[in-house]
Amino acid sequence: MKNIISERVADFLKNFPPFNMIPKKELQNLAEQVTIVYHEKNSIVFAKDQTPHANFYIIHKGAVALKKIVDDETMDICDEGDIFGLRPLIANENYQLEARAYEESILYGIPIDFFKPYARNNQRISNFLLESFASNTRNPYSKENKGKLLGSLSIEDKANLELSDLQPIRYSKKLIACDPDMPAKEVAILMSKNNVGSILVVENELPIGIITDKDFRNHIVSGRFPITTPASNVMSSPVVTYSKNMTITQAQMAMMKSSISHICLTQDGTVNTKAVGILSKHDVMVSLGNNPAVLVKAIKRSKKYKHIKNIRKSVIQLLQGYLDNNIPLGLTAKIISELNDACIKKTIELSLLKMETPPPVKFAWLAIGSQGRSEQLLHTDQDNAIIFDDVSDAELPTVTNYFLKLAKHVTKGLNTIGYEYCPAEMMASNPKWCLSLQEWKNLTSHWIINPGADEVLMSSIFFDYTVSYGDKDIVNELTEHIFFNTKKYPIFYVHLAHGALQNPSPTGFFRQFLVEQDGENKDFFDIKRRALMPLADAARVLTLYHSIKAISNTWERYEKLAELEPPNAELYLSCSYAMKALLKFRTRQGLLHHDSGRYIALDQLTKEEKMKLKRTFKTIKEIQELISNRFKVANLLG
Amino acid sequence: MWWSKKKQEYPDFWNTYAELFTKKLEYNLSNTTFTVLDTETTGFNFSDDRVLSIGALKLFKNAIAIDSVFDVYVEQDIYKKESIKVHGILKHTKRKLISEQEALIKFLAYVGDNIIIAHHAKFDITMINRALCRNNLPELKNKVLDTSTLYKKTLLRSNLLNQQDAYSLDELAEKYNISMKDRHTALGDAYITAVAFLKILTKLKEKRAISLKWLLKHAI
Repeated sequence: MKNIISERVADFLKNFPPFNMIPKKELQNLAEQVTIVYHEKNSIVFAKDQTPHANFYIIHKGAVALKKIVDDETMDICDEGDIFGLRPLIANENYQLEARAYEESILYGIPIDFFKPYARNNQRISNFLLESFASNTRNPYSKENKGKLLGSLSIEDKANLELSDLQPIRYSKKLIACDPDMPAKEVAILMSKNNVGSILVVENELPIGIITDKDFRNHIVSGRFPITTPASNVMSSPVVTYSKNMTITQAQMAMMKSSISHICLTQDGTVNTKAVGILSKHDVMVSLGNNPAVLVKAIKRSKKYKHIKNIRKSVIQLLQGYLDNNIPLGLTAKIISELNDACIKKTIELSLLKMETPPPVKFAWLAIGSQGRSEQLLHTDQDNAIIFDDVSDAELPTVTNYFLKLAKHVTKGLNTIGYEYCPAEMMASNPKWCLSLQEWKNLTSHWIINPGADEVLMSSIFFDYTVSYGDKDIVNELTEHIFFNTKKYPIFYVHLAHGALQNPSPTGFFRQFLVEQDGENKDFFDIKRRALMPLADAARVLTLYHSIKAISNTWERYEKLAELEPPNAELYLSCSYAMKALLKFRTRQGLLHHDSGRYIALDQLTKEEKMKLKRTFKTIKEIQELISNRFKVANLLG
Repeated sequence: MWWSKKKQEYPDFWNTYAELFTKKLEYNLSNTTFTVLDTETTGFNFSDDRVLSIGALKLFKNAIAIDSVFDVYVEQDIYKKESIKVHGILKHTKRKLISEQEALIKFLAYVGDNIIIAHHAKFDITMINRALCRNNLPELKNKVLDTSTLYKKTLLRSNLLNQQDAYSLDELAEKYNISMKDRHTALGDAYITAVAFLKILTKLKEKRAISLKWLLKHAI
C-alpha cells in the first residue's frame, strides 16, 4: 500500500546508487517493503558471525562504523546514502564485520528477498553491489563525491587517516607551463592568473626549467634582467625530476637534499619524459593531512555546516594522535580549542549570511561553561549566549528578535557539526541568554546581590565566558561591571564558595571510589562531577576574589593564583597539574568509548591508572578545605 | 439480576478487542509493540468536530515496517468547509473514504492491546473515544504514552529556567532534526512522533534506567 512514509523513503532512495538505477514505479513498490530502524549511538546493528539479517541497509541519517573485531580496526565509516550489510545478498554466510552506530542513526532496511531479482536482472546494479562489497561496502561513487566536497584537500579520504609517511604523494595535475622564450612579465601574469607559485618551462614537451616566485625576486626585482627578458634567463635549471609514484617521505627527503621547494614529476622520473605535475612543499604539508594549519584553512574554506562536520572528524583524529604521542595536555587543549573556536566562528559567519540584513548593532557570541574555559576537547553540549550593544527601549524588541533569529541559525548549525543542544536550554537561542549589555548587567547584578542556590549555579556556569565571535569591548564592560559588583557585595564569594563545595567528593570514608547509584551509569565513576567540577569551581571563586581578568581556563587560573599567593603556590600548582591529568584521563576514556568520557568503568582501569586518579583526589580535598576556610563557608551553614 | 440489565451487548469486533485486555500486561520495554498514532480532525471541539483521518504505525524493537502502517480517511456527515480547506484532505484526495464505523472497526483490529504513543495524546484519544461513543461503544482500553510529556522529562529542571508548559510537534521535530515535510498528514505526524519518541528514550536513558513501568507512570 502506497503511503506517505513509503513515498518519502522512495524519494530518498532515488538519489543513491544502486536505487537510482531502478525505475520509479518499481522503487515505489520496493519502498513499501522497507523497514525503518533506529539505532542509538554505539549500539550494534549486527555483530561479527551473526546470522544474516533479512535486510541490507542504507543509512538515512547518521553514520555506521564497520569494524574488524580481531584488532578493533575500523574498516570504514559509512555515511548518509551509503549501503552496508551486503554479505547475505552476495554470499550465503554470516557477517564478517561488526556494524555499530557511530552516531545516532536511522537506517532503511531493504528486504534482500525482494531486492534480489533486481540485482539478478540488472547488470549495472549487480556490478555496483559487487564493487561496493569488495571495497568493504563503501559506496565507490560517494567516495569521489566526498573528495570534491572539500576541494583538493579531501580530508575525509582514508589515506589521510593514517600516518601517511608511506602514502603516495598527491600533486596538482593542473600543470601550468610556458615556453623558454616567453617574456618574464607574461610569465608572471600567467602565474598570477592561475594563482600558482611556480611554473614549469618546457621545450618540446620536456621540462627544462622551473620558475618560482623566488626566481623573480633574484633575477628581475634585483635589477639583473629587465621584465622583458625571456623565461630561460629567469628559470632555475636543470629541473629536479622524480617519478610520480614517489611517497610523501621520499618527496620530503628530495626537497631537503637539494634544498628546493618544488620538484617536477615526469612519466618515468627522468627529464627525458613528459612532465605530469609539480609538487610543492605546500602539497607535501597538505598530504601530511591532519595538521592544525591545514585544518584551519579547510575550516575557513567551508561553505556549509556539513563541511565543518567532516573537518571536525579530522580534529578528533588529531586529538587522538596528540594523546597517543603524549603531547602535553596544556598544548593539546590550546590547539584543539583553537580549532573548535575556528569551527564555531565559521558557523556564526555562515549563519550571518543566512540573515537578510547585517546585525543592527555590535554584538558578541559568548562560549560559556567548559567551552568558555577551553576545556572541551570532545564533542559535548553547546553552552552559549549573545550580548549586544545597548539600544533604546523602543528598538529593543526588534533588535532582540534579530539576534534570537541569528542564534537559532547558529545553534542549529552547531548541532549539525556535532554539538548537542544544551538540555538546560543555556543557549543564545533562549530569550534568557540573548540580552543587551544593560540587561546582562542587571541580570548579573541580581545574581551577585541575591545569591540563592539557583543564582550561584547560574553564575558558576556563566562567569567562565569567553568571546567566540564579535566585539570584545562590550564584553569587557560586562566583566568590569561584574568585578565592581563582587567587590561591593563580598558575601557573594561565600555563596559561590559554598556552591563550589557542593559537588560530592570522589572518595568515601574508606578511600574507595564513590560510584553512581542509579541510572544507565550505575556503578560508574562520574569524573566530571566528582573531580573536574570541584577543581573548576574552586578556581572560579578564587579568580573572582582576585579580580583576575581574561583567564577562564582552569589550569591557567591556578598558575596565575600560584603567582599571586606564593604561600599556597604548591597547592595551586598541584591543582593545575591535577586538572590537566584528569582532563587527559577523561578525553582518553571518551575517545576509547566514543562518548563524552564522563563516566568511567572502574573495573576496566589498570591499578596504575586508579592510583593516578586517587593521587589527584588528595589535591581536590585540600583545595576544598582552603576555600572552606578562606570564605568561612561554615558560617553560612550554621 | 440487577447488574445483568446494565450489561450491554457489544458487537463482535469490540468483544474481540476487549478480550485482549484480559491477560496481564508484560512490563518488558524491549519486547513491547507500540502503536504510534495521529489523527487529523475537522477542528478542536470535542463535541462538534470529527475525525478526518487516522494514521498509525507499529514500533517494535526500534523498527517500523512500512508495509504494516495504518492509513484511513473517514467520510463526513457534517462538512465544515473552513477546516477542510486547512487540511486539504477531502478536496483533492483520491483516497478511498470509509465510514466512521468501518474506520473504528479497522482501527481496533489494528491497535489491539498495544500501548499507544501520541503527541498531546489526550486530544487524539478523546476524539477517537467520542467517535466510539457515537457508535455506542465504550472508550479505548489501551495504555497511553504522551511524547509531549516525555520530552519535558529530558530537559533539566531549574527554577531560573522557564520551561514551556507544552511543546508542539514542530518544536520537537526542530530540536531532533526530523524532516517536517509531511506535517499535517496523520501518518506523516505519526512517523515524526515515532522518531521523536525513540530519540527521547535515548536521552532519558542517559539520565536514569528506563523501564516500561516508569514510562507509563511519567508520560501521561
